[in-house]
Amino acid sequence: MMMNMVTALNNAMDQILQSNEKAVVLGEDVGKDGGVFRVTDGLVKKYGPDRVIDTPLAESSIIGVAVGMSAAGMLPIPEIQFAGFMLLSFSQLVNHAARFRSRTRSSIPVPMIVRTPVSGGVRTLEHHSDSPEVYYSHIGGLVVVEPSTPYDAKGLMIKASRMQDPVVFLEPTKLYRLFKQEVPEDMYEVPIGKASTVREGNDLSIITHGTMVPVVKNAVEKKGVDAEIIDLRTINPLDEKAILDTARKTGRVIVVHEASLTFGPGAEIAARIAEKAMFDLKAPILRVASASLPYPFPGYENYYIPNELKVAQAIDKIMSV
Amino acid sequence: MIKNVFEGTVAYSQVMDENGKIDEQLFPKDVDDSMILEMYKKMAFARALDAKILSLQRQGRAVTYAPMVGQEATQVGAAMAMGPKDFLVPNFRQHGVFLAMGFPLEDIILGWRGYEESQKIPKDIRTLPIAVPVSTQMPHGAGVAYAQKYLKTGGAVLAWVGDGGTSEGDFYEAINFAGAKKVPMVTIIENNGWAISVPRGEQTGAQTLAQKAFAAGISGMQVDGNDVIGVYKAVKEALEAARSNNVPCVIECLTYRMSMHTTADDPGKYRLESDVAPWLPRDPILRVRKYLESKGLWDGAKEAALGEEQLKRINAAVEVAEQFKPDPKGMFDNVYSFMPEILQEELDAALAANWWQQAKEE
Ligand SMILES: Cc1ncc(C[n+]2csc(CCOP(=O)(O)OP(=O)(O)O)c2C)c(N)n1
Ligand SMILES: [Mg+2]
Repeated sequence: MMMNMVTALNNAMDQILQSNEKAVVLGEDVGKDGGVFRVTDGLVKKYGPDRVIDTPLAESSIIGVAVGMSAAGMLPIPEIQFAGFMLLSFSQLVNHAARFRSRTRSSIPVPMIVRTPVSGGVRTLEHHSDSPEVYYSHIGGLVVVEPSTPYDAKGLMIKASRMQDPVVFLEPTKLYRLFKQEVPEDMYEVPIGKASTVREGNDLSIITHGTMVPVVKNAVEKKGVDAEIIDLRTINPLDEKAILDTARKTGRVIVVHEASLTFGPGAEIAARIAEKAMFDLKAPILRVASASLPYPFPGYENYYIPNELKVAQAIDKIMSV
Repeated sequence: MIKNVFEGTVAYSQVMDENGKIDEQLFPKDVDDSMILEMYKKMAFARALDAKILSLQRQGRAVTYAPMVGQEATQVGAAMAMGPKDFLVPNFRQHGVFLAMGFPLEDIILGWRGYEESQKIPKDIRTLPIAVPVSTQMPHGAGVAYAQKYLKTGGAVLAWVGDGGTSEGDFYEAINFAGAKKVPMVTIIENNGWAISVPRGEQTGAQTLAQKAFAAGISGMQVDGNDVIGVYKAVKEALEAARSNNVPCVIECLTYRMSMHTTADDPGKYRLESDVAPWLPRDPILRVRKYLESKGLWDGAKEAALGEEQLKRINAAVEVAEQFKPDPKGMFDNVYSFMPEILQEELDAALAANWWQQAKEE
């Protein structure tokens, strides 16, 4: 069936709720309203308010309650309305969700899927456009995924629901309805910890994820270069093998992400290539990212997010070496 | 042995009812007809501005907008009760308060066009910038109040939160700090009945939001939030007590969100016309107009003239706001008190590569 990312995620949660009666969805406005992006639309009608829970407006308790539910054997799928507000639950995620397994020596794992919309480009108000993948990837014990297609979104969600770990599930707002794609109606898994090759190529590699995948694709198409494009899909655990393979294959690597440059995901990727594939490189690794600033108000966001021109200039630069 | 160790009551007050009738016993001594007229004009102005920004948004000339129509009495009444040394700590829907405090009109509009420059606070306006993360401003309120007391400014704080916002930890923590340290913070709970799709009744099991104050060791009361004089009186008295005796308190203003949560919201998903209908006759502006008309102070001609004059001012301000030219360099210049070398390098690269040129054309 043709689905956009919103319908694919909705479909995945529907099937998880259908097949696992321990699963519940909880969050602000996820019930009647169907979530502010309509990702949980219709679920409360089908599964009732005990399983699709409109919570009070309090993020720390949304995640804290999910930790408790999970510890007691349920599978909570909390939604945090926007990534910026997930910081109000940071302590619950980092101090508890991430650590329960290790501090109880796996006797009390806390599987859950924490969903939140991320990144910008859609002119939202302040705090609605952050790209927080590194905050969570820095914390051992949390799995961090970020699909860029409807197909991956559904498959990663199903896979996450069958894992025994807390999964931070980042959904790029800009891609929610950007395009439709054929998505299987049955439940299927997309592996966690595996990148996908969006385009094969020989001259250079562009490693990216989330909102930047379509930007990179367009830039490469317009330039007509033979670039290999890797979509990480999972940020942590990183698919190091895919990264090193493409680096060794082309010898030229650009990392593109919307998160800001300094201490961004590109730093980790570049470091691993430098450690393990440095002598296979023909040129220094380049990073294309947002500036190292707070995400600006919407009037300025086009000046902040990397655009095709920025990617194209990096391609020229790396090919000139 | 059992004995009662705590009792609390929440009083509800109203000075002007929905027909414009005054409760003479409660009528505040410092209010006269010219002041009521001023309240009326300020509320009308807030409503006109609200309609204007909404229409700009619909035309793509403003970003996502949070309307405040129906909540004018709470906002104008409270703002007019503030003394010259008092400090506002707003959430995000208080443009009526800003307006009544004299915040530059073109900057309010610029804010809804999506530029940080709108939050450059003029020296003579005592407020923090708006806070989008719900309730996170509340501890700031307690902090500003502590500073008012410590620095002996003689001012108090008016901290602002919505009904939904009272569920956040930050709300409880802030009023608890205020109660524990006895700082001059008056908290307004602008209870408009909704937090996006969640009605007040589902937000908490507590019968009133005002009673949350008791757990912080401070007093809580309710006031008809559509009664501008009632709000004015309650806030005025509370601020005076805060200023003179460092008494914090919570005032829950009962009003109603007549419109959508924001322009990105569709209330049709979760509420009925019949939910809204009872609030139409309780309109905060209508009742003051009835009062003024009964006193012979207002009529259709005056109303038309006022509307025309206010619209003219608003249109002029829109024009100014729309002439604003964003300078992306400002994003870099205001991050630190100094310019780190590595940030300068990013700025230089952006300028040299001309990325912003393409961004502008997008
Ligand atoms: C911490 C946080 N969580 C979620 C949101 C998204 N959000 C914006 S306003 C709102 C509802 C606020 O309700 P209330 O406090 O009653 O204020 P109102 O919008 O009615 O003025 C929500 C959930 C937010 N801005 N901040
Ligand atoms: Mg509300």
